[in-house]
Amino acid sequence: MNGLGALFLRDIRIAIRIGGGAMIGVLFFMSVVTLMPFAIGPDLALLTRIGPAILWLGALLASLLALDRLLAADQEDGSLDLLTMGPAPLELSVGVKALAHWLTTALPLVIASPVLALFLNLDLLATAAVTATLLVGTPALTFIGLIGAALTVTLRRGGLLLPVLILPLAIPVLIFGVAASNAAVVGPVTFGTPFTILCALTLMSLVVGPFAAAAALRAGQE
Amino acid sequence: MDLGPHAAFIIAAYSASALILALLIGWIAIENRSLKRTLADFEARGITRRSDERKATLRKAEPRQSPA
Amino acid sequence: MALIDLANPTRFLSLSGRALPWLAAATALAFAYGFWLTAGAPDDYQQGATVKIMFIHVPSAWLAMFGWMVMSIAALGTLVWRHPLADMAAKAAAPIGATFTLICLITGSLWGRPMWGTYWVWDARLTSVFVLFLMYLGVIALWRTVDDPTRAGRAAAILTLVGAINIPIIKFSVDWWNTLHQPASVVKMSGPAIHPTILLPLLAMAAAFTLLFITLHVAAMRNEILKRRVRSMHMMQAEAAPGR
Repeated sequence: MNGLGALFLRDIRIAIRIGGGAMIGVLFFMSVVTLMPFAIGPDLALLTRIGPAILWLGALLASLLALDRLLAADQEDGSLDLLTMGPAPLELSVGVKALAHWLTTALPLVIASPVLALFLNLDLLATAAVTATLLVGTPALTFIGLIGAALTVTLRRGGLLLPVLILPLAIPVLIFGVAASNAAVVGPVTFGTPFTILCALTLMSLVVGPFAAAAALRAGQE
Repeated sequence: MDLGPHAAFIIAAYSASALILALLIGWIAIENRSLKRTLADFEARGITRRSDERKATLRKAEPRQSPA
Repeated sequence: MALIDLANPTRFLSLSGRALPWLAAATALAFAYGFWLTAGAPDDYQQGATVKIMFIHVPSAWLAMFGWMVMSIAALGTLVWRHPLADMAAKAAAPIGATFTLICLITGSLWGRPMWGTYWVWDARLTSVFVLFLMYLGVIALWRTVDDPTRAGRAAAILTLVGAINIPIIKFSVDWWNTLHQPASVVKMSGPAIHPTILLPLLAMAAAFTLLFITLHVAAMRNEILKRRVRSMHMMQAEAAPGR
């Protein structure tokens, strides 16, 4: 456990450093969310209705963009090979890395969302609902993204392939995240139903993500 | 056969499916022909697979048959 | 001659080469029978003649899911048993499955316009079939992006197995979320709920489509084997370069 703890702290420290990319995700999130009202126009009622969707889309896109930072740097300097051969199970190592990535990249998004909800004319209930769903749903996005990152880490021209692979798997998270946010405001479905399913998706991804990613890393290195 | 008021949609559905399937079948067939040509090209230039050469030396008397 | 002999690519090539004309003939006959039954099928009292679109739409939907299941079994063959032909079976199945998914989406859309008044609606089944189509494209993209075929095979196998969760979602989506698309009426616990005059052409077309899938899959696998040979010949040629 000591090794995993060290790995966790290392990842957090690298991310927080200048050039580590922790805050870039938030900046992109803010850009996307503030661009939407410019494109849609100042219709406040419309912005209130689609506000949760805009926040979720912004969070999804910001997560996708930050994903190749998850494993690429370690691949380049060879530490990924060390992790694969190290004493800790690879599944736990990548899981810990994904957790650190979520804390430094996605959690700032969640914290920023109530502020951005102001721009979208969301009321208190809607803001609380969106923030809660983002808090519960962004780990799913990170851990599903982990699978894509592991599959594409060894590719030289990986580029846009990562989002292409991840998007179909992330769509259910998006659907239930927005459904839960809207349910809190509009109904008729209660907030609990889609929110519980969102929690289930996240829990599943916490398990499937590290296992699939570890398998992909091992397959890619042989 | 009377296809009713929405005949255009029925015909469009069947034609689109037929076209797409024709493209798929065509693609597989064309790729097959081009691969066989490439392999024949290699063989003409004398580049063969090791297992083909082994078979050739084993069956010196018989004419060698193509692998596909 | 045991089933295991099929695992040898050369053996597979010669056997499949002999079987392919028969498979193609059987497919053609099955389609002829299917079309004959389709033409003779009565109009539905609600949908009129447009029910004839169902005879393409439903079999292609079944085969879209069948394709991903074939790929999943092949993925297990690659990851668990390291079967030599598993990679090629998976790679060959992807474009064929994607094609049937596309046909399902297009025929469904053309059926929806006269019946529901819209070409598209984001209900659970349409959305999950569309997601299936995107996943097919993703797997095909992954195959093409990784250079080494063996590594590509393993990466694609993992992605295929992760995506397999979508198949039961598609099947049960119409029952879990009953919005617009019709609920299950053929593969149900209580047996089919369709009249035989419509059920029989449907099953005949489904059989024809399945034979078509098998024929195309075998043909595509033969292409994959030949592609591997071309690749190894290129590498041998590069090795032998100067002294030729």
